[in-house]
This record gives sequence, structure tokens and C-alpha cells, in this order.
Amino acid sequence: MFHWIQKRFLAPKAFYRSSGYFLPWISLLFILCFSYGLISGLFIAPADYQQGDGFRIMYVHVPSAFTSMAIYLVMASCAVVTLVWRVKIAAICMSCSAPIGAWFTFLALITGSIWGKPMWGTWWIWDARLTSVLILLFLYLGFIALQSVMADQQTRDRTGAVIAIVGVINLPIIHYSVIWWNTLHQGPSISQFAKPAIATPMLNPLLAMIAAFILFYVVILFLRVRNQILLRKML
Amino acid sequence: MFKSFLTIIQHEIRVTMRQAFSWITPLLFFVIVVSLFPLAIGPDETLLRKIAPGIIWVAALLAILISIGNLFRTDAEEGYLDLLLLSPHSLTLLVCSKIFSYWFTHCLPLILVSPLLGLLLNLTSHEELTLIITLLLGTPVLCLLGAVGAGLVVGIRGHGLLLPVLIMPLYVPILIFGTGAMMAASLHQPLNGYFAIMGAFLLVSLAFAPLLTGVALRIGVNQ
Amino acid sequence: MNFSQIINMGGYAAYVWPAYGITLAVFGLNLFLALNEKRRIKKQLPENNR
Repeated sequence: MFHWIQKRFLAPKAFYRSSGYFLPWISLLFILCFSYGLISGLFIAPADYQQGDGFRIMYVHVPSAFTSMAIYLVMASCAVVTLVWRVKIAAICMSCSAPIGAWFTFLALITGSIWGKPMWGTWWIWDARLTSVLILLFLYLGFIALQSVMADQQTRDRTGAVIAIVGVINLPIIHYSVIWWNTLHQGPSISQFAKPAIATPMLNPLLAMIAAFILFYVVILFLRVRNQILLRKML
Repeated sequence: MFKSFLTIIQHEIRVTMRQAFSWITPLLFFVIVVSLFPLAIGPDETLLRKIAPGIIWVAALLAILISIGNLFRTDAEEGYLDLLLLSPHSLTLLVCSKIFSYWFTHCLPLILVSPLLGLLLNLTSHEELTLIITLLLGTPVLCLLGAVGAGLVVGIRGHGLLLPVLIMPLYVPILIFGTGAMMAASLHQPLNGYFAIMGAFLLVSLAFAPLLTGVALRIGVNQ
Repeated sequence: MNFSQIINMGGYAAYVWPAYGITLAVFGLNLFLALNEKRRIKKQLPENNR
């Protein structure tokens, strides 16, 4: 399977051709998952016992948070490939993933904030998850800032790769530090905000939305990487 | 090999001492920032004592961040960095010696002055002692991580605030545990766990940061 | 759910609909930016017409 991927995606020309072939199918799959998730999440899934219809924000908040972290992992993997094997296409994937990841992180923060207002009574709360996502946004933006400053392509790719790897190593450390920090400073009221166990008719739209968000990332990534391949005349 | 380590440290410290501006200014910055907070928040003693850990730690963090970007700048400009990269000695060790010299000249004064600032913020002697220990354990980590950033921006002219923006998210864990230790000290709780975790951070940074800095330097200089 | 229930979202309408709206806006923006970038590049490089 690895060889299958390698043959079709390693060289820029091959990537361009393969991505062009798969793009319509991935887009179709995205539309199916997104429509199902959207419709059943908004209209069909039963209202939550505690949160009423307000819980439906979960169907956009959880997928965006999940995808933002998944994208960072993809970025870091591309960074490793860039540094160790100096694969050009991996560097392009890494650079193109960063703005997409930043958008999803931003979305997670905004939807989380909107969800928090009716549920917790406040637009922002320093709970472990929101704080970790905020720091993730800073990591993304720092990466984008670093890339924007450098002129030389090769240096840009490799320094970006270093900071992405440093970030991903720190990500679990930061996450657990923030959880610990939050339990230390928490008031007693936070205990009621634990994520409840989720019932199946509520779960399926969530899984569909998570899949949809990931597929959307792949679509935008393919589009942007193809643009870069054209721009850098690697075709 | 150890001798080259010592030679560089000696050289760096001597050079920095000659340019008093380079290490006195961050120290002054540290003191002034800490002094700004009571002016901004009010002289309420209990409040100041409560937020003192945060103030002192963030001020130290900022003082390091704004000065560490130049860790390799003069070396890069004068071609000294190219010599270091070409030397037969391990780049990791050479980077280590640079970072140690930086810590010695820039952070040690901070640590020595911090008890006086603690006095300004009404810290008890137990809290002051904890402050010194947390800074002793924490500032090397800040220097090590900052050095990675310094290596990354070594080729960029006028990088400005890029390095602080880049490295600050990585400072969050050590900040959390450093200030957490001080808050535990104010509540007379046991501190061993905090020191153990901070020591772990120090050891892990010591293992990885000089290596990554060397990698970043090689990338940045080969333009 | 009947239509008025849908619009009202059990009283949470002011929160649920903006959240979904922002999500769709972000999705649309990303799609637009990617396609726009492609259009700009294709205009600049007429010889790479594939």
C-alpha cells in the first residue's frame, strides 16, 4: 500500500495527476457526509436532556476541534518527511495545511465560545480544552508567520519543518499541563461540564460530520497543493 | 572536547561582560516590568502577593524572549558561526556552551535580583526561596527553548517579534508549573512534585534543544 | 420537528444558527480562496493549460 501511495503521490507530476483524478470523488463523498451530518444533526437527532437543542452546536464544534488537531499531526508528519528525506511534495503539503488548520482551530474556538455562552453563561472560560486549542492556534499562526518572512524556498521549508516538529512534540506536554493547571485552579462549578456519554442517534451525525470535516480538509489541501505545483512550475 | 566547551564559555562570558549593555538591559527590563504591575493594579498587599508568581515569571520570560533572538546574530554576521559549523567538535556541545553562557550572563542576574522584587510584592521568605528554586530550574529551560528559536531566525534580518511569537506557546508548560510551585508554596503544600516535573523538563530540554538548535543553525546558514 | 421548532431551536436559536452560519462561512471562504488562487495562477501561466 505504501508503494501504491508512493507511486501516485511522490513526484509532483504524479501528485497533480492523482489528485486531479481523486478530487471529484472525495468532493462527492464530502457532500454526502456533510449533508447527512448537517441534516440529521440539526433536525433528526433528538434534543439533549440537559442542553435541549443547544447541544447541536456540538456537531460543528467537535469536528472542527478534532480536525484542527488532526491537521497538525499531518503537518508534523510532513515536516519529518521534509527534514529527513527532503521530499518536496511533503514540504508543500505542510505549508498548505497550516492555514487550513488555523481556520479550523479558529472555528473550534468560535463555536466553542458560542456553545459556552448559553451553557456556562460566559463567552470564554479557561477550561483545559479551550485553552489548549487557543495555544494550538498560536502554534499554527507562529508557523505561518515564520514561513511568510523567509524568501528562500528551501530554507523556508526546512525551518518550518523544525518548528512544526518542535510544536508537535510540545503539544501533548502543553495539553496535559493545561489540564493539570485547570484542575488546580478550577472552581467547583466546572464539574457539571464534563462531556456526557453520548447516545447512538446522536453519535452517527457526529461521526459523519467528523468525516466530512476531514474530507473537506483533503479537498482544500489538494486544491492548494495543485496550485503550488502550478505556481512553482513543477509540472 | 570538554576543553572547547570551557573555552567557548569563557570567551562568551568575557565578551558579554565587556558589552555591559547586552545583559544589563534585560535585567532592567525585568525589574521595570515587575514594577509596572503594582502601578497598574494598585498597592493592595494581599492581591500583589497572590499574583506575584505570575508577574515575576512572565516578566522573566519576556526578558529572556526579547534578548535571546540575538544569541547567534553577531556570530552569523561576523562569520564566526560558519567557523563553528565547520569545526570538528560536536555542534550540539558548542551550542550548549553558548546557551550556558547566555544563561550565566542574562538569567543568573535575574535570579539574584528576584528576591528583591519578591520583597516589593510582599512575598514571605518561604515563597522567596521557592521563587529562586523555580527560576533556577525554569530559566535554563526558557533559554534552551529560546535558543531553538534563535537558531531558526538566524538568517532572517529584522525578525522583530517573530521569535517571541514562535516560542511562547512552548513556554506554557514550564510557566504553569513554575507559577504552580509558587502558589503551592504560598499554601504551604509540598513542593517536591513541582520540582521533580520542572527538573524533568530541564533534562528533556537539555537532551533535545541543543540538538534541534544545531539542526536549525545548519538550515539557516546554508542559504 | 416542525418548521417553527427548527427555526427556534428550543430557545437556543441565537446560538445554534450563528454557529452553523460561521462554519459554513469558513468552509465557503476556504473553498473560494483555493479556487480563486487557482484562477489567478491559470491567468498568469497560460502555457501550463492542463
